[in-house]
Amino acid sequence: MHDMSAHAVEHHAPPTTFIRKYVFSLDHKVIGKQYYGLALVAALCGMALSWMMRIHLGWTNAAIPGLQLLSKNGAPGGVMTPEYYLQLMTMHGTIMVFFVLTTAPFAAFGNFFLPIQVGAEDMPFPRFNMMSFWVTCVAFVVLMSSFILGDGPTLGGWTQYAPLNAVGSIAGPGQGLGVILWMTSIALFCIGQLLGSLNFITTTLDLRVKGMSLMRLPMTTWAWFITSCMGLTAFSVLMPACILVILDHVAGTSFFVSSNEVINDQLQPHSGGSTLLWQHLFWFFGHPEVYIAIVPGIGIVSHILITSMRKPMLSQRVLIYCMGALAVLSYMVYGHHMFVSGMNPFSALAFSFPTLVITIPATIVVLIWVFSLYGANLRINAASLFALGFISMFVSGGVSGFFLAQPSIDIMLHATYFVVGHFHMVMGVAAMFGIFAATYFWFPKMFGRMMNETLGRIHFWLSFVGTYCIFMPFHYLGMAGNIRRYSSFPDDYLQPLIPVHQWITVAALITGAAQLIFVYNLIHSRFWGKPAPDNPWEATSLEWSTATPPPWDNFGGKHPVVYHDPYQYGVKSSVGDYVMQASPEQVQTEHDEK
Amino acid sequence: MATTIHEPPEIEPNRFADHGRSRNGGWRDLVPADGDRRGTQDYSPPPSSTAIWVVLFAVTMMFAAFTSALVVRKGSSLDWRTFTLPSILYFNTLLLIASSVTLEISRRQIARYMGGLKSQGETPARWLYGTLFLGLLFVAGQYVAWLQLRGEGLYLATNPSSSFFYLLTVTHALHVLGGLGGLIYVIRKLSKSVLRRNQLVATARYWHFMGILWLYLLLLLWMKL
Repeated sequence: MHDMSAHAVEHHAPPTTFIRKYVFSLDHKVIGKQYYGLALVAALCGMALSWMMRIHLGWTNAAIPGLQLLSKNGAPGGVMTPEYYLQLMTMHGTIMVFFVLTTAPFAAFGNFFLPIQVGAEDMPFPRFNMMSFWVTCVAFVVLMSSFILGDGPTLGGWTQYAPLNAVGSIAGPGQGLGVILWMTSIALFCIGQLLGSLNFITTTLDLRVKGMSLMRLPMTTWAWFITSCMGLTAFSVLMPACILVILDHVAGTSFFVSSNEVINDQLQPHSGGSTLLWQHLFWFFGHPEVYIAIVPGIGIVSHILITSMRKPMLSQRVLIYCMGALAVLSYMVYGHHMFVSGMNPFSALAFSFPTLVITIPATIVVLIWVFSLYGANLRINAASLFALGFISMFVSGGVSGFFLAQPSIDIMLHATYFVVGHFHMVMGVAAMFGIFAATYFWFPKMFGRMMNETLGRIHFWLSFVGTYCIFMPFHYLGMAGNIRRYSSFPDDYLQPLIPVHQWITVAALITGAAQLIFVYNLIHSRFWGKPAPDNPWEATSLEWSTATPPPWDNFGGKHPVVYHDPYQYGVKSSVGDYVMQASPEQVQTEHDEK
Repeated sequence: MATTIHEPPEIEPNRFADHGRSRNGGWRDLVPADGDRRGTQDYSPPPSSTAIWVVLFAVTMMFAAFTSALVVRKGSSLDWRTFTLPSILYFNTLLLIASSVTLEISRRQIARYMGGLKSQGETPARWLYGTLFLGLLFVAGQYVAWLQLRGEGLYLATNPSSSFFYLLTVTHALHVLGGLGGLIYVIRKLSKSVLRRNQLVATARYWHFMGILWLYLLLLLWMKL
């Protein structure tokens, strides 16, 4: 009989020093927690920025106390200038997309749980894994340093369109050093995620324990694996694109700035560059990035819902295929972000078709969830509530995607609040709900203590209602022609919309405050929460077979053998209505008894 | 839905011995109820073997991005200036091909060592040092090519064509330096007699890929510049 000890993984010894245990740790679980901590700090920064932006949009002349300390020129007397609004908006988008929505569901939870769910002791390349986190951490520091260096962060938006990303400070505050820092940060981030993907893919393919065939992998492992493959392709393209922009800045090359470009009455010393080239390179990464953020959420929600429903999904296999289809199709649709870029109308048609096609696997996923929920005796808790909230956000935000997939409609809605509402719901909030669901579900295993359930439910309802109050009106604003990226609305046709903005601002402040309940719950439960049993949710996958929290080698020197599919619920066994994956117990159903 | 419990399979000693060399992976799927093991035997390679393909894929995507940028940039305006590639590039190409040959000789000799078929006069480390030397010579040759272009007044920002020349050749040279680091790692491991076969195979794959990549880049530069 084969034994896991024969695996040629470069095992590391148990950490003995503080530095090796908590700082430069090789343990995937510590690295996962580090990623989670980084994502939490980034999320709080991103939320604070959104608060400031929303206050400014609701009451343009309102002074925000203390903002002048962040930037004297950008916010004299605490009232932000239009340029500074754009700088804050850029940082909000960048922080949230890269350092929260990519980092938390993929890197944080994936690092902690993927090796355990396949039965491995650790990732095969722990040093690369450690580097992955620290490079990402440095990337975040580089990005945030733009607040205090030069004339502030870049104002070009998280998409950093050319040519304004390549001409220097003539294009506005932050377009010189700010852009260089942004590009450097994102290039570093790409390196970090590539190192992470390397470990995720090899762990999934090569370190599965005996009995763990591919189709016995939990949905989360599949989601992280598929996301790794997407990340490998997407970040490998974004990194060279960032290098090209940096060269345009510091070496005087002309990759992205066209001939005779006049900006602020000055002829630019570049010639012949292609502004569209950046859009192609960026969106080849940018659209899959949407799925890099959401596919782990799909896996997490499926994993949690099955546990809460106490029965398997309608078709786990189809769900896996759909996640794979989403990953492949995500590379064929990126041009729908460029419908108004002046590209050939036939190209728009070519990108529109797969954009509609990609809704098919997404719809199948939702239908599987909904029909699986039908008749289920769902266990309601904070984790399952957020999982249901994820489905709600995913559907609500996804529906508006149908409209944007049509080039003729998109031309009208492009760059309006309709788009902002769409992607915030389908990608931003849905992914955040996935992160929250995962936190409430796995916190006991990660930290050995239970989170406060009442606070969790209050957090859910405030977030759920608040989110709809914020982002549904965005769609209305967009249909009314409210352009995005404006810092104020002096035009006559926009004046009547200002009360809607004020309503959204109030909703955003309350919903943001509700997140502080979550932070309090997180910190309080970490130290004073009720001690967690090994398997509080009566779940079946391998992470619940080991101690809480797991020992440094995950299974205490033992190597589990997998006997079952990951979700054996609704059966009769010696422990209840489920059988653990690693339990050799025979599964019996009511049908068998008869 | 009833599921059937299956006992883990017994691994046939001879087959296990075959795969035991890599000391990794294992038969993961269980024997199905009907005893048909076709399609359930799922042996995985060592992680380093999978990892090197992952790395090569990422490098491929990176150069694909640069290539598409070159094609789009050349087609987007009329300022593209062609120039003759420095002739030393062709000599450098021969060096890189030769280094792949020496590495392959070394890899086969080491495989024979590991298989216990050691014969007198075989010193695989010597061929590894040869590969290292040829690789260093290639990088030095590339540096000479850059100096030649500078001598002709073609700098990084002179023209988009020269920009792409420097960009592609420097990026490739940096990857070759990474491969040289891998070779040094293999030599050190070999000298301590703790070299694993999969480490050598992974390094060799990376090195050969650098050669193929260079041939592609040379063709691209020759056609587009």
